[in-house]
Amino acid sequence: MTSAREQILGAVKQSLKRNGPNATNLETCEQRLSDPEAGLIPERSRLPHPAQIDLMEAMLIELSATVQRVSSDNQVPDAVVDYLKTRNLPQEIRLAPSMDLLDLPWDGHSLLKTSSGPAREPDQVSVTGAFAGVAETGTLMLHSGPEGPTTLNFLPENHIVVLRTSQVVGAYEEGWARLRKVFGNGVMPRTVNMISGPSRTGDIEQKIELGAHGPRRLHVIVIEDGDSAA
Amino acid sequence: MQSTSHNFKDNARRAIADPNIQAAMAKMKVGFTGKRLAAAARLPEFEALRDAARDIKNHSLANLDFYLERYEDKVKETGGHVHWAPTAEDARKAILDICRRVDAKTVTKGKSMISEEIALNDHLEQAGIKVVETDLGEYIIQLRKEPPSHIIAPAVHVSKEQVEADFRAQHQHLPAGRSLSEPTDLVNEARQILRQRYLDADVGITGANFLIAETGTSIIVTNEGNGDLTQSLPRVHIVIASIEKVVPNLEDASTILRVLARSATGQEFSAYTTLSTGPRRPEDPDGPEEYHVILLDNGRSSMLGSEFQDMLRCIRCGACMNHCPVYHAVGGHSYGWVYPGPMGSVLTPNLIGVEEAGHLPNASTFCGRCESVCPVRIPLPKMMRHWREREFERHLTPKSVRGGLGIWAFLARRPALYQRLTGLGIGVLGILGRRRGRFKSLPFAGGWTKYRDLPAPQGKTFQQLWAKQQKTRSTTK
Repeated sequence: MTSAREQILGAVKQSLKRNGPNATNLETCEQRLSDPEAGLIPERSRLPHPAQIDLMEAMLIELSATVQRVSSDNQVPDAVVDYLKTRNLPQEIRLAPSMDLLDLPWDGHSLLKTSSGPAREPDQVSVTGAFAGVAETGTLMLHSGPEGPTTLNFLPENHIVVLRTSQVVGAYEEGWARLRKVFGNGVMPRTVNMISGPSRTGDIEQKIELGAHGPRRLHVIVIEDGDSAA
Repeated sequence: MQSTSHNFKDNARRAIADPNIQAAMAKMKVGFTGKRLAAAARLPEFEALRDAARDIKNHSLANLDFYLERYEDKVKETGGHVHWAPTAEDARKAILDICRRVDAKTVTKGKSMISEEIALNDHLEQAGIKVVETDLGEYIIQLRKEPPSHIIAPAVHVSKEQVEADFRAQHQHLPAGRSLSEPTDLVNEARQILRQRYLDADVGITGANFLIAETGTSIIVTNEGNGDLTQSLPRVHIVIASIEKVVPNLEDASTILRVLARSATGQEFSAYTTLSTGPRRPEDPDGPEEYHVILLDNGRSSMLGSEFQDMLRCIRCGACMNHCPVYHAVGGHSYGWVYPGPMGSVLTPNLIGVEEAGHLPNASTFCGRCESVCPVRIPLPKMMRHWREREFERHLTPKSVRGGLGIWAFLARRPALYQRLTGLGIGVLGILGRRRGRFKSLPFAGGWTKYRDLPAPQGKTFQQLWAKQQKTRSTTK
């Protein structure tokens, strides 16, 4: 008996009238897997790095996210606390378990409760890092791993992302290039989230509502740590 | 899902008489089209990206055997499982087997048209598993026990008043006096109800917009975040995807993503594009312990190499139906199966047979708007014409139509006779209609004049006018 796999692949090959790619074809296909080439990249994001950061910010705001720039890591806790206060949110945050975030001077805010790990249901505010920011559409790239529980990006109603200007790139393809540098060619972490604004739906009479299932609010704190560190 | 495509005409008649559907369609036909146009205008490379997206899909389909095998290797390498499913039944069985093995009581689902295609919910429910749709639109139609009427906006036919009534009937544990008159209230209530379901679920099932051969990754594109909660909280993540979803690498997916959301909702990029590769890693603090991919064929392999191969480029954006005057008039349910609008009129006969779905490729005016907005440039009208030809060849076309076409073909092959008869007909109609200028009814054309008047001809055929004009031109030169 032929297996389901052979049945499907056999039918595909029969329809394509071949038994796998010929030599030239095979080379093209193999190369496409081992050495992916970027296609057409829109001009929009081909800018000097400071202008890419501006574009990133403008696109985020267009997506109903909010942005605050700070000049050093140590200013992040103040920015977080300010954000919580102005939105009348509880002074309690769930931090991604990354050294970069845990080492920040949170203890300067005695009323702020911090804990870290994957999100749990009552958590209202998460604070995570990012892997990259793609200026083209204001898209944040985050990936799973010991320092990045995926649930933090979706379960709490408020998601605060700490992004460094050195992490801002122009196009998605530059994000993939950086990811391959870290993980190796053809290797991916379990989850990569490309996040463009807070959760939304238009499923009721096409009226856009924020906060369908994921975060209602997305706030990005941009640390100006200089140029592209790629 | 049980098809009612053979009832297209009755379905359409009912939809045209339904004020709710008509109000919803009036709204959607301006909303989606305007947003797509604005998004396309904002990106100068949009047309070139459409060409690039078409070429990537063509390359992937021409080498589908290769990329499917390499994709499978990669999934296995990362600790995931691939289940090949030649038919809908095979897919249902594979999914139920996984659910039974892990003793699943509750399954949450992100929106998946493939799941509708294989009628998964009924199958799981019959086995005693609670199935919860989490996309808001899908949740609404699950409560209403209806199929989706649009591939990206499944509840586009439902008014907010209807949603309110459904929520009051289904969520009886909530206070009766609560306000539910605005979409915001309804979205919040669904959010609150579904939150607990995500946490209770043992298995999360999502579809896939792309499969990446380079890395063994599946990609979902959503706006609500429901797909992400569905796939990151339960112990098991099952992806259902059809075989034509595979593309070579991340760069290829990026190019297609640039035209997907813009064509679908007019967004620059959807809120969440999520790439999943294998189960959680030993050092990961969350994520599913098992990752399964169901690869469904269900008739697609036989479309390859046929005149319908281009249809496999479809990335399910919905632009064709958003721009279709027939869809706007009759809504998605009239088409009678999972895929409505122009893409459905081509795909459905391929998947469930032209005997069942033969009306669909005929439900088109061939105005060409669908093809003009398709992000991967699928020649939809041409393929609907292929179906009409096949129907004619296989004697599936109704007798009256065959008879009419036979008479027309007889005359068209005899130009002198054709010209004499049409000249006579137009002349007579011209004289008869001179006074009123229009006909309210005509013998043999009652079906046509039932809905509109025929303007009376001016007494000459087009060919006569043309000949006359050519003559005047040559004399005035």
